[in-house]
Amino acid sequence: MNEMMETLSFYFSYPFVRYALIVGVLISLCASLLGVTLVLKRFSYIGDGLSHVAFGVMAVAGVLGLSDNMMLVLPVTVAAAVLMLQGGQKTKMNGDAVIAMISVTSLAVGYFLMNVFSTSSNISGDVCSTLFGSTSILTLKMKDVWLCIILAVIVLAVYVIFYNKIFAITFDENFARATGIRAGLYNFVTAVIIAVIIVLAMNLVGSLLISALVVFPALSSMQIFKNFRSVVVCSGVLSVCCALTGILLSILASTPVGATIVLADFVVFLICCLIGKILGGAKSC
Amino acid sequence: MSYIICKDVTLGYEGKAISHHVNFTVNAGDYLCVVGENGVGKSTLVKTILNLRKPLGGEIIRGDGIKEYEIGYLPQQTMVQRDFPASVWEVVLSGCLNRCGWRPFYTSGEKAICEENLVRMQIEDLKNRCYRELSGGQQQRVLLARALCAAQKILLLDEPVAGLDPRVTVEMYELIQKLNQEGITIIMVSHDIHAAVRYATHILHMDNQPLFFGKTEDYVNSSIYQSFMGKETLPEGGSRE
Repeated sequence: MNEMMETLSFYFSYPFVRYALIVGVLISLCASLLGVTLVLKRFSYIGDGLSHVAFGVMAVAGVLGLSDNMMLVLPVTVAAAVLMLQGGQKTKMNGDAVIAMISVTSLAVGYFLMNVFSTSSNISGDVCSTLFGSTSILTLKMKDVWLCIILAVIVLAVYVIFYNKIFAITFDENFARATGIRAGLYNFVTAVIIAVIIVLAMNLVGSLLISALVVFPALSSMQIFKNFRSVVVCSGVLSVCCALTGILLSILASTPVGATIVLADFVVFLICCLIGKILGGAKSC
Repeated sequence: MSYIICKDVTLGYEGKAISHHVNFTVNAGDYLCVVGENGVGKSTLVKTILNLRKPLGGEIIRGDGIKEYEIGYLPQQTMVQRDFPASVWEVVLSGCLNRCGWRPFYTSGEKAICEENLVRMQIEDLKNRCYRELSGGQQQRVLLARALCAAQKILLLDEPVAGLDPRVTVEMYELIQKLNQEGITIIMVSHDIHAAVRYATHILHMDNQPLFFGKTEDYVNSSIYQSFMGKETLPEGGSRE
């Protein structure tokens, strides 16, 4: 135990570890809040789809030799998010099919470009680290941390201000529209926020594991709580706890960061299932 | 002036017309029931009245102080709602959202309105219960309370008794009738032609064009009703009149 604390305080003396913790907590908090809405609206897989888009765009940025690939990745991902959330309802294809299609296409494009126009000697290493999250969370610079903090504050503020609207639209979009709520606008805002979070989260867990950040906290808290506010609050808390535990464990045991966080989320989900079963029909509002 | 005037409206979506020459008016205090078989544009009519969809032709005029979004709507249940973790209070309160405008939170006045409508629907003791754990009839009451929070003068009910058992169905119809007697105008879309002639003051019978619009008394005597009931194989089909 003592030894563990020593190791931890040793690591904490490095700023990059502190940065990683801050960024990890913020991203997982934002992802979990929106996750509740996405899971309830049957868009659980949008995180996956969007992250594949971001992967594809990153490859393009790499080929074009852009130094700051955020400038390209963020707008394109936002556009894809809007397309997936809104276009899916109107066309003849179902939302899930649209997501699947866009997601595999961009994955293919990304891998294709990385292979053909590669500048690095270790392609599979590059691909692997983009897909499964890399040590890039541990190489964050001050600039990235600030960017992340600012975006997270904006996301949280928007979420709190629009909380009631988000609830109404998630629960019953037609009713909301019929009573004059501008559902289109709020859907658009949600899509933009989701895209931003996904792009940020790619650093943390990589594009294949992003869905976990979005889906697990929401699912876990829905096992226990039965009103919307408690579910949202609980999933935020769970998500932050899992991210902290995951990052600390990965430092102590030198395991991959992303995978450790996701496994922590999964364990918490199992525990919540159990609690939900024990509470059973008992009222827990 | 009438609440809603529908003038030679063509209903349809994506440019395809399903129903032509729809004409009817709804006045304050009316109880209009829209009947007709599946696929004749009843739900499209609902969406058009609610302004969720533009009519392909003709026009819908709202009068007498009914603004664009002042129609309380009781939608059919969706898949999403079946496992949605929300308390009754949260659901009913969301009916007040159109009063908020850009204001992010509810005022105590809005909460009072919400409270009042819970009492009106006799569900104040369910306030903290989870919506998805309620029975079908209770859920409909919750959604009615929400609709009443959104609008005070006119309600539009889309198949309000779908999936309810017979006893609860009767209770639901009586509740709606009570609201109507309290002065709320009702537009109800229904399959249940027996209940329609029993409770409604006006009937709109739709096919690819409206077969009938008028008072219920006249409808019962019309040839359309007679032939429609003749088609029915239900044993109590003719005995209601």
